[in-house]
Amino acid sequence: MTADLRTIKTPAEQALHDAYAEARANLPGKGALAKLREDAFRHFDATGLPHRRIEEWKYTDLRALMRDAKPLAGAPDEAAKARAKNAGSMVAGLDCRRLVFVDGVFAPELSDLSSEQGLTVGSMADALAKGDPLVTAYVGKTIETDDAIVALNTALMGDGIVIRISAGATLRRPILIDFASSIQPSSIFLRSLIVIEKGGKALIVENHDANASQINAALELVVGEGAEVDYVKIARGQTIHVGTLMASVGAQAKFNTFNFTLGGATVRNQNLVRFDGQGTVSGIRGATLLRAKEHADNTLLIDHAAGACESREQFRSVLDGESSGVFQGKIIVRPHAQKTDAKMSSNALLISDDAEADNKPELEIFADDVQCGHGATAGALDENQKFYLMARGIPEKEADALLIQAFVGEVIDMIAHEGVRDALLNAAAEWLAARD
Amino acid sequence: MPAVQETVDQVRRIDVDQYKFGFETLIESDKAPKGLSEDTIRFISAKKNEPDWMLAWRLEAYRRWLTMREPTWARVNYPKIDYQSYYYYAAPKKKALTSLDEVDPEILRTYEKLGIPLREQEILAGVEKADGTRSRVAVDAVFDSVSVATTFKEELKKAGVIFMPISEAIREHPELVKKYLGSVVPVTDNFFATLNSAVFSDGSFVYVPEGVRCPMELSTYFRINEKNTGQFERTLIIADKGGYVSYLEGCTAPMRDENQLHAAVVELVALENAEIKYSTVQNWYPGDAQGRGGIFNFVTKRGDCRGKNSKISWTQVETGSAITWKYPSCILRGDNSRGEFYSIAISNGHQQVDSGTKMLHLGKNTTSRIISKGIAAGKSNNTYRGRVFAHQKAKGARNFTNCDSLLIGDQCGAHTVPYIEAKNSSTIFEHEATTSKISEDMLFYCRQRGMSAEEATALVVNGFVKDVLQQLPMEFAVEAQKLISISLEGSVG
Repeated sequence: MTADLRTIKTPAEQALHDAYAEARANLPGKGALAKLREDAFRHFDATGLPHRRIEEWKYTDLRALMRDAKPLAGAPDEAAKARAKNAGSMVAGLDCRRLVFVDGVFAPELSDLSSEQGLTVGSMADALAKGDPLVTAYVGKTIETDDAIVALNTALMGDGIVIRISAGATLRRPILIDFASSIQPSSIFLRSLIVIEKGGKALIVENHDANASQINAALELVVGEGAEVDYVKIARGQTIHVGTLMASVGAQAKFNTFNFTLGGATVRNQNLVRFDGQGTVSGIRGATLLRAKEHADNTLLIDHAAGACESREQFRSVLDGESSGVFQGKIIVRPHAQKTDAKMSSNALLISDDAEADNKPELEIFADDVQCGHGATAGALDENQKFYLMARGIPEKEADALLIQAFVGEVIDMIAHEGVRDALLNAAAEWLAARD
Repeated sequence: MPAVQETVDQVRRIDVDQYKFGFETLIESDKAPKGLSEDTIRFISAKKNEPDWMLAWRLEAYRRWLTMREPTWARVNYPKIDYQSYYYYAAPKKKALTSLDEVDPEILRTYEKLGIPLREQEILAGVEKADGTRSRVAVDAVFDSVSVATTFKEELKKAGVIFMPISEAIREHPELVKKYLGSVVPVTDNFFATLNSAVFSDGSFVYVPEGVRCPMELSTYFRINEKNTGQFERTLIIADKGGYVSYLEGCTAPMRDENQLHAAVVELVALENAEIKYSTVQNWYPGDAQGRGGIFNFVTKRGDCRGKNSKISWTQVETGSAITWKYPSCILRGDNSRGEFYSIAISNGHQQVDSGTKMLHLGKNTTSRIISKGIAAGKSNNTYRGRVFAHQKAKGARNFTNCDSLLIGDQCGAHTVPYIEAKNSSTIFEHEATTSKISEDMLFYCRQRGMSAEEATALVVNGFVKDVLQQLPMEFAVEAQKLISISLEGSVG
């Protein structure tokens, strides 16, 4: 019966089907990589866009939200590149190595490619075309998932960044991967691979700024034993943005991620993280600020496959207007992952009567000697705190802003890098100032 | 000893094995043909002398059921059920015993541990007196008086409370049944509820009139009048304006039960200012040490706080069944209404429990509270699945949820799947969940004072579930506490 239903494709699914058929011959990668695409596409074609009947997509019905699929992005023109070069972003002031993508294509001329010991940077399209052994070793293999959106990404992956940080190397500056798009709405399929070898240290910031495109970005992140990696992803004012982080984390590593979502019509961040070695300490965090009819969904799948790891999942969202914020977090503790310590919390602040917060924190535990928990709250601003401030002569609007800022600030404060932290705090403050 | 619930283990020989060998003890005349068809439903309806509207209702449900598919979302695995291989109206007749001497000594030991009086044990074990009346024995045993049942009946009658099997209510109070049956759990609600609507065997019907406080816990009454209601129980409880009733289903002592598939439906309706308290103790046969046999329990329980200031409270102690699929819910429709859910779910051996609740806040200033304690031991899987929802118009909705899981042993699983959906800003939802094992320090402390490992575990577990035990009617809280200890026997050491 399911098969019968699937024969009718939505316009978006049909467009994606046609786009793949047309682009197939020209997509980079041969042999095993081409087969990987083909298999992934067949999987996507059979399941279609995820919809509310798919448990993991219960609150983000992409099939309904994605009325059409834009044409695949072509090569960017000079005007687009010029715009990208001068584009400001909330992390513009950061002292970093900036790597620029325009319409989903790597722009080496706009990027800082100065050499640094232990760092190799390249484009995914090149690596796929050349059959780079690093890419063939990892792409599509970091985390197993049957998610249709990841399959679609694998089928249509165009460009993205390939970074390798050698064993023991510590990057001097953070890496900023800046994704800019032209005004023309298009479909962009980004696939990146970052491999940090044993003992490597890096801070990587991924920035997606406002645009009208439909973006499907997937990043495979391999964190080696004892590596220290911070990864921050910023998505501001996206139209349709589906991002998937697939990370496998080695033993004794320190691994932190942060998803900052500032507005966006439909944003979905999926973090699939697996702990493969013991003794890792990890923080998976995020903050979301939405207004109007915006919708953002943070979905986590944290797989404690090895014991004695500590993970903290903390997500906060501020929901104004008729926006809806979703948090779904699943912690799995495998049978032998004893001594796991996992704590997840999700807090939603509804500052408008029409906003909606959906929380689904899940625990799936198969080992007994563990400490696991989750907490979730949804509610309005605390009237007592507001009264306290207003009694001291602070106008209501300002009092609200102070409290909201404190609410999201608490989780943004967990970002270790001062520059990034301040940039995000400022962006949150600006967002609040623009609130009427 | 393998990790088996001793409480119910003893039923193995009489129970499932006998079931495996078929229903040779059935009385022919009471047997519908095997399998499910419109004829079976007509047969059931005719057997019960039901009016035409009831038959039509059942047939409609059956036709609907044919188009439905069995849900697969719960975290339970069981072999595919062949619905045509069951008898739908032929509750197997229990083998009559004539004295306690014939009862399995294991059962008796359990009764002893639970502290159940000797005479009461007889009815629980299914011992029949020479005159073939079982209830009389119980009456004698429990209340030491032959006329207690009648006294109860009269007392209830005086208060105006209607309490009778639903099959009788269909004939005697069709206006009430028509008005409320299927109004909380619609015929088309879900696969198992629809199946129940088509073939329900019997169950209880309670109507508490306006302003009446039911003079007794209906549990007591229920216990002595317990008849074999079969596998498809249907219960309907209505508390009219300002009414109050407390109802206890099940019993702490093991009841023998030969039916493998159970699909019950319970509907509660609380009108303005009314309160219903519904408590359940379930300890059916959970299957043997290898996970064979055991009862499949697919229950739909829902309460509707229809009027202002109404309150519905569910309390459940789940220790039995191989598969439990059960989500007692509250629809908080009336303004200021309140829903409560207190649960202890214990799984051991190969049991699989997927249970929880739904609190649907629709009215203004509605409040709800969920306390769920899951304990997984042996090779079992224990899942809490719950949904808390506030409609846009449910201003001031408030929920507090606490679900804790305890793991005993390294081969079991404890899972939590809450859905928390707030659609307006005046809602305050709080949810917390923890999963851990029994603290070594606590066990050490108890052991050091001379307690055995099992006693120590039972003590700690009883502390863990205290919040819920307190919600049970007094006389059952004590028994339930012992039941918990027994359920966990064999899981430590």
